[in-house]
Amino acid sequence: MSRSKVGFPANSLKSINDSQLRANLRSATGAIREKRARVVGEKEDWEKLRRRGEEIRKETLNYLDKYLSQLEFSVERLGGTVHWAGDAREANEIILSLIRSHGENEVIKVKSLTTDEIAMNDFLSENGVTAYETDLAELIVQLAHDKPSHILVPAIHMNRSEIKELFEKTIAKGRRLSDNPVELAETSRLYLRQKFLSTKIAVSGVNFAVADTGTLCVVESEGNGRMCLTLPKVLISVMGIEKVLPRLDDLSVFLELLPRSSTGERMNPYTSLWSGVHDGDGPEEFHLVILDNGRSKVLADPVGRQALRCIRCSACLNVCPVYERSGGHSYDSVYPGPIGAILSPQLFGNESSLSLPWASSLCGACYEVCPVRINIPQVLVHLREKVIAEGHKSSVENASFMLLAGLFKSPPAFGALLRLVAKARRPLNRLSLSGFLPGYLGKWGASRDLPELPSEAFRTWSKRHG
Amino acid sequence: MTRTVSLFVSCFNDVIYPRTARAAQRVLERLGVKLDFPADQTCCGQIHINTGYGSMAVPLVRHFVDVFSNSEEIVSISGSCTATIREHYQELAERTRDPELVKRTDELIPKVHEFSQYLTDVLGVVDVGASYPHKVCYHPTCHSLRSLHVYDSALVLLRAVRGLELVELPHAEQCCGFGGTFAVKNAPMSTAILVDKVSNIFASGAETVVALDNSCLTHIYGFLKRNKTGISTMHLAELLDQGANGSEV
Repeated sequence: MSRSKVGFPANSLKSINDSQLRANLRSATGAIREKRARVVGEKEDWEKLRRRGEEIRKETLNYLDKYLSQLEFSVERLGGTVHWAGDAREANEIILSLIRSHGENEVIKVKSLTTDEIAMNDFLSENGVTAYETDLAELIVQLAHDKPSHILVPAIHMNRSEIKELFEKTIAKGRRLSDNPVELAETSRLYLRQKFLSTKIAVSGVNFAVADTGTLCVVESEGNGRMCLTLPKVLISVMGIEKVLPRLDDLSVFLELLPRSSTGERMNPYTSLWSGVHDGDGPEEFHLVILDNGRSKVLADPVGRQALRCIRCSACLNVCPVYERSGGHSYDSVYPGPIGAILSPQLFGNESSLSLPWASSLCGACYEVCPVRINIPQVLVHLREKVIAEGHKSSVENASFMLLAGLFKSPPAFGALLRLVAKARRPLNRLSLSGFLPGYLGKWGASRDLPELPSEAFRTWSKRHG
Repeated sequence: MTRTVSLFVSCFNDVIYPRTARAAQRVLERLGVKLDFPADQTCCGQIHINTGYGSMAVPLVRHFVDVFSNSEEIVSISGSCTATIREHYQELAERTRDPELVKRTDELIPKVHEFSQYLTDVLGVVDVGASYPHKVCYHPTCHSLRSLHVYDSALVLLRAVRGLELVELPHAEQCCGFGGTFAVKNAPMSTAILVDKVSNIFASGAETVVALDNSCLTHIYGFLKRNKTGISTMHLAELLDQGANGSEV
């Protein structure tokens, strides 16, 4: 199957021509991009911090087994319970049985990509449990029966008048609203407070889990996460195996790198740290579900594994020229943007994996801003080669590249080709102006003229002038 | 002291832009550099590597090393080809498990210089004696900016050109959307990115767009010409050859 008919090229075409989406994304990514550049620019030791972040994440992944068993020991010593889940199904069943064991049919959620990855909400709903999103943007996406389109700003594809209309139809119960952000936030606050006070079980994600102390960390902007983490009786936190950090000290590096890279703030408004359970303070029960779901397979790839260093800051999305014009939905994954283009194919290996590694001009803006120095272009090129080596390629393209490589290996043949091209330049130049071009040339020619061929190649000229 | 430098022109410059190669040759020769053109050079392998055919590029790495390993210094007029050599050659050479090739590749990589960087950092030149009385904007191509970290060299050289008015290109560091086969595999996306680059070029008021890579310039000019904008593009080497004694007009 030709890659251009399915996957990213086809998905993104719709977004490219959606003027509302393009305007929303242009203004939102532009604003975050500028804020990030400003707060990163004021840190003189930013490069040192990035390198330290990279080192810690590398060390973690190199000794992941050690740090994970240390984490399990630390969490259980403080009264938490650790559950291991090999895949999405196992994780969902663990979560469902915990909810059922308390006889509940509702949970509240703080934004968690990992639970989106395992499609927890759908699984719970099929089994009679309703999960209420409490992060404002996640709530918006949930009320709209939509999907998140950005790691950090899940409703980035919507603007405030779209949100006003949505709230009027849902949580405002027919009341008329203005598109004033304060009024919209107040509407969601009134709705969410009730949920916080009446729901007994919360499900959260995890930003970092510290192996030596068993400390869990969630960073957020709204404080709704803090309510989820502290008010309910039972807290279930879900994390991928790669979210562990060796030492409590390491947090100081990431609490600098993450907010500056993600929201462009010096510090995020709410940083919640907790360990185990404490009498009369916070949840009475704490469960930590640690999920593999393809991660150890990624770890086995020496080039691809750097994707697991990711701390989900989304700086790469905000600077990516492709993401800015495609939006998150085109990536067909909970992990969109440049990081999604290298993570999703490695984790999920579905239909989109065949086109995602090519969803980039390899401009390198992502690598430049990544706080843990993931060389995204390098991994993209690596995955392209992997997809082709697995046999997913067009036979015409493959044959053309073989022919080209053959010519490049043989200077006389290459020279002869160049002389032939120069000889045939008049008909070739006329053909390119005609607009009837085959294959890739036609795709180029749809919006761009082809360059005019000169009367002789440089090597021919050079030979004449000795 | 006369330096002997080998010129690596890149396959697409060889066939489509011999004028850039000739201009680079003249500029360097005027500065007293003795140039040679190893006639067996072909392609660095970039198109194969970036499209996912890295294994087919391994023999091309060996070929490149064979052709250039006797050169003292190599000047390349393509930022992205220079970046390909710096970023991929080591790994591709290692795939052959031939320690001799790995060693020769390692020795070769630091000898390959991008054209503008060679002028400012190796030769220490600022003014090459060119004149070009027009409004010009500089598009820092992604590979020269983010892989080679070349930015100032071109600006320093452009500022010294007589009569040239260097105008600011808004959001200059953003990609033009070319990306090799990206331009055809994701053609509408590539065009969407290009359109924004071109609107920034309009906003700059430039008559000519200058860059260190003819591949990106082919992309940009393809659109400028298709839409009859009357704005031209020029590789830095050609611009530095303008108005100088002995230049080809």
